[in-house]
Amino acid sequence: MYSQWLNKQYMDHRQKGKTMKTTPLHAAHLALKAKMAEFAGYDMPINYETGVLAEHNWTRENAGLFDVSHMGQVIVDGPDAAAFLESLTPSDFQNLKDGVAKYTVMTTDTGGIIDDLIVTRLGENRFFAVLNAGCKDKDIFWMNTKLPANVNLLHLEDRALLALQGPKAETVLKEALGVDASNMRYMRIMESGDYIISRLGYTGEDGFEISISEKDAAQTWDKLLQHPAVKPIGLAARDSLRLEMGYPLYGHDITTKTTPVEADIGWIVGKDRVGYPGESIIRGQLAGSPPRRRVGIKLTDKGVAREGAEIYSLSGQKLGDFTSGGFSPTLNMSIGQGYVDTKLGKIGDEVLVRVRGRDIKGVLTTLPFVPPKTKPAKPNAA
Amino acid sequence: MSDLKYTNDHEWIKVEGDTAWIGITTYARHALGDLVYLELPETGRKVKKGDNFAVVESVKAASEIYTPVSGEIIAVNDNLSDNLEDLKEDLNKGWIVKVKMSNPAEAEGLMDQGAYAKFTESLS
Repeated sequence: MYSQWLNKQYMDHRQKGKTMKTTPLHAAHLALKAKMAEFAGYDMPINYETGVLAEHNWTRENAGLFDVSHMGQVIVDGPDAAAFLESLTPSDFQNLKDGVAKYTVMTTDTGGIIDDLIVTRLGENRFFAVLNAGCKDKDIFWMNTKLPANVNLLHLEDRALLALQGPKAETVLKEALGVDASNMRYMRIMESGDYIISRLGYTGEDGFEISISEKDAAQTWDKLLQHPAVKPIGLAARDSLRLEMGYPLYGHDITTKTTPVEADIGWIVGKDRVGYPGESIIRGQLAGSPPRRRVGIKLTDKGVAREGAEIYSLSGQKLGDFTSGGFSPTLNMSIGQGYVDTKLGKIGDEVLVRVRGRDIKGVLTTLPFVPPKTKPAKPNAA
Repeated sequence: MSDLKYTNDHEWIKVEGDTAWIGITTYARHALGDLVYLELPETGRKVKKGDNFAVVESVKAASEIYTPVSGEIIAVNDNLSDNLEDLKEDLNKGWIVKVKMSNPAEAEGLMDQGAYAKFTESLS
């Protein structure tokens, strides 16, 4: 089954020209003199004129505006919509309340991760899902192979997606767009006019993702940017912000070769869920221990370790590899994520990280590196 | 700075006798963005033209620095490790290594300031 999309991807690849795709905000990025580069087939802003460090810190202190229109937006609609989502993921969607968003993954028959996504219930039989840009074509192909006759899968290709992230995001939403989100909790959705607004994000800050018709995207982008608390933020800072939160990046920290339990996101598995792809492997790893687990690594000495850096014990035994890494502006040190053999390494262990043949001292840590400042998801939560 | 020579990889080089001072250009410095770490070589290392002898880490990525001349590294500017802002097109502060050249003719084909300016213009 899974090989079907691989074949399709190969055919698509053969037919693909060299032209990059663009989002409805492409001209706005060029006007802002963004440094542009290819990401997931799109010509995207990597950083703007002030640079990655300033953009990172601005988002942590004010409000950052990101164009994430390259991501896939789909509607799943029909009597068996919840059952359909449960045929793709280990999470519980039958009991998800209206207006509530949930992080999940689609799994392969061997428990690997096809993509991670956020699914929000819009109504009894209607869900909204946001897919990774680099995965959306294979996701939609895969979902279609499992689609029941009474469920529709609609790819919202005519909608843009903006992320507004940072401690001033709620104020900006009110002052720039006239949308009052003061009563909105974390992981909730609100429809306001043409906007579909979710209170969530990929930075660990309070913030929103705003889905909007592509024809209105540039105007909304401009309105938000005119607010003095807002600056545009590129994909490079998006990556350093998510890395500090320990969020996995698909294709790097999670792939079809890693299970949700190995990725340390076993909490997405609904406790009563049965009948999803990879169930026996995932259940087995939840009950026992996976062979390896995703952990954080802090470098305690100078240097930067990125994807592919090797992790060794002090005695020289190989423990695993970095799946992503970089410099944390908030902590002013280098951090990363990687998979470590659960028999050989545990949180708190001092390790050596090999970068271009040189060993840098580090320590295995829990994630996140920086505490999230997202709003409580429950009304009585602290 | 007019006696500096430049490479396609955005290193500058200043030749004094058989010694070459090597650093990175203003263009490279801007392209790299915010720097966080510089990995320097050891003095005494033998290098061949085109060898990567140092790595500069920015928030975004790791970038290798190449030597346009062969020879032996006879001095390393260790001061840069803790003063990354000095890594620039500046002979006094910004040089990374000094190489005692084994084949000084290698330095002769490099671009002068005018040619390098035209080269960087062609990139944008």
